[in-house]
Amino acid sequence: MRTTPTTTGRYVVTGARVLGREPTDLLLEDGVVAEVGPGLARGRAEVVDADGLVALPGLVDLHTHLREPGREDAETVETGTAAAALGGFTAVHAMANTDPVADTAGVVEQVWRLGREAGHCDVHPVGAVTVGLTGERLAELGAMAESAARVRVFSDDGACVSDAVLMRRALEYVKAFGGVVAQHAQEPRLTQGAQMNEGELSGVLGLAGWPAVAEEAIIARDVLLTAHVGSRLHVCHVSSAGSVEILRWAKSKGWNVTAEVTPHHLLLTDALATSYDPLFKVNPPLRTGEDVLALREALADGTIDAVATDHAPHSHEDKDCEWAAAAMGMLGLETALSVVQEAMVETGLLDWAGVADRMSSRPARIGLLDGHGHALEAGAPANLVLLDPAARRTIDPFALASRSRNTPYAGRELPGAVVATFLRGVPTVLDGKLQ
Amino acid sequence: MNRHLLSGADLSHADALLVLDTAEELAQLADRPIKKLPTLRGRTVVNLFFEDSTRTRISFEAAAKRLSADVINFSAKGSSVSKGESLKDTALTLEAMGADAVVVRHHASGAPHRLAHSGWIRGSVVNAGDGTHEHPTQALLDAFTMRRRLNGDRPLGTDLTGRRVTIVGDVLHSRVARSNVLLLHTLGAEVTLVAPPTLLPVGIDAWPCTTSYDLDGELAKSDVVMMLRVQRERMTTEGGGFFPSAREYSRRYGLDRRRVAVLPDHAIVMHPGPMNRGMEIAAEVADSARSTIVEQVTNGVSVRMAVLYLLLSGSTEITEVTA
Ligand SMILES: [Zn+2]
Repeated sequence: MRTTPTTTGRYVVTGARVLGREPTDLLLEDGVVAEVGPGLARGRAEVVDADGLVALPGLVDLHTHLREPGREDAETVETGTAAAALGGFTAVHAMANTDPVADTAGVVEQVWRLGREAGHCDVHPVGAVTVGLTGERLAELGAMAESAARVRVFSDDGACVSDAVLMRRALEYVKAFGGVVAQHAQEPRLTQGAQMNEGELSGVLGLAGWPAVAEEAIIARDVLLTAHVGSRLHVCHVSSAGSVEILRWAKSKGWNVTAEVTPHHLLLTDALATSYDPLFKVNPPLRTGEDVLALREALADGTIDAVATDHAPHSHEDKDCEWAAAAMGMLGLETALSVVQEAMVETGLLDWAGVADRMSSRPARIGLLDGHGHALEAGAPANLVLLDPAARRTIDPFALASRSRNTPYAGRELPGAVVATFLRGVPTVLDGKLQ
Repeated sequence: MNRHLLSGADLSHADALLVLDTAEELAQLADRPIKKLPTLRGRTVVNLFFEDSTRTRISFEAAAKRLSADVINFSAKGSSVSKGESLKDTALTLEAMGADAVVVRHHASGAPHRLAHSGWIRGSVVNAGDGTHEHPTQALLDAFTMRRRLNGDRPLGTDLTGRRVTIVGDVLHSRVARSNVLLLHTLGAEVTLVAPPTLLPVGIDAWPCTTSYDLDGELAKSDVVMMLRVQRERMTTEGGGFFPSAREYSRRYGLDRRRVAVLPDHAIVMHPGPMNRGMEIAAEVADSARSTIVEQVTNGVSVRMAVLYLLLSGSTEITEVTA
């Protein structure tokens, strides 16, 4: 990352509304929030005018596909983390479904090192649960945990650990190093060739259905397994009202289960498939309006712990084709905060403190990241985002930092804009521009 | 009419009658010694087939040629396309050839929709069957056949109000069923879909039709029984295991002589082809006087002529027919 030689390394952020509250100043020094309060002395510090801006702790994404190694044509650690910083993130978890798969200490260390070199945000590699994501035998989870990357989140994301015994073993095994298994809940036999949410529209459009029960059945099994072996489960990209019910029940039992929802499942519905435009093809699929409302409610009441982007870059060729041939997934990092503002804040379901909890504190806790998700108080690491909630912007796929263009929000106006992001006191984004 | 024909729902009641009436007029042509009209001279129709269907391709080809259009057959099956050359690249090639209409058959649902709406080509797109989605010209030829058989000598201007049409078979995977439900509903018919529950899609309650699991309960009140092709692979585990055996399917949902005997005297038996004789339809039923299966093929050409004519000529009067 470039730093301007004139900077003193000290910043005074003035007039920021921390968690949307009364304006205050923050002094960032030596990587931490040194002081918080109105009218701080500026001294030789550089002033960042945050009048009218909301300050949140730097966002943490539990679910990012950076595509490197293997699909550098779609995204790299450099471009993906640039997108993350521009979206207000200071840490991302890089999913394991790369080529080669991140199923060894060597690969996770490579990704971790690439993240350090890029410097836009912290990159925490997710380790594969099974060798090659094939769901046959456990990868060397311990070696990944002990590597320089210190992996704590394990996932076969893209594939479901569908074998019940293997899932049980994974849940048991990660207890040795405080890990968590992040399950992509998708019963494979019920979703063979699945193209979109199974419901009224799939029948009309003649697209093979992806029934919500294929997700719900796996979640039900996994929460029971988690309770049985006393481990920790995280459920990726929850997409249906039924899944929410199961999670609510599991949490009421006191079981150690957490869950995430993507921004797109909080805003978009399966009606978009009527265009047959593969920009709206994603896994799990967009579901009904009722599901969207249930997910919002669950995020508001804490049944769903976190928003995670499932940022999934795909090359133009993989999307500019017929629906069935297209890859599943959509970009998310640069629009996540705006989508959450529209779906959760402007609907009155969450205030900014709630957003900070669901997009920073809780995901940091789930991923066991010590340096992230802290309240912006004196002594906390200086990881923060400044956003302008009054801004409105029309999403231009060609203006994104991601190497890919597959945003479902192209041409759509979204509220809010990230003005600045600080990683340990150093701006990664200033005036909305990558530093 | 819309610029494209992608779905049975693209046609209003007036549009559907216009196509059927135009097809009637064009059908007269078949009885004349010179079967060609100069109407589409200088226009290019491309048959773009990503999936084998000789019957449908030949039907569209004959229709275009009788209207004097230049026809280019582009069979993508087995060529680079099926190995992943994009639909888009193919479309751009066709655009460069100056296609005025592209008749597309594709294994992926929605591919004609993509072709029509992605800005890749300027011509009209006619859906000749896409995946498990729709096949609107099949529905038009079916409606045309029903109208001729049931509405007597003067079908012009008539619709199918009050007619009961029973469609039997693999509705889940059938593009014929989807287009027929939409078009026949527009034309006033009452459609009942009959199939084992495994072969009816989730959400079918919202379709403009009724459903039943019991074929015998529907026969006596049917004016039309349309049998859909059922692929034997559907009963295998790899094929989805939708029903236990061909024999059981045939026993519960096949149209045999015993079931035909229950039909009203005027009722007709239809099949979009190709048939599995002995599976969904008994050979003697397929070859009986009630069967319209051969007529459907003939009528297909007339209906496709009407569609190409109306999409491409920009006029609704067939002055050339009488000229
Ligand atoms: Zn996933």
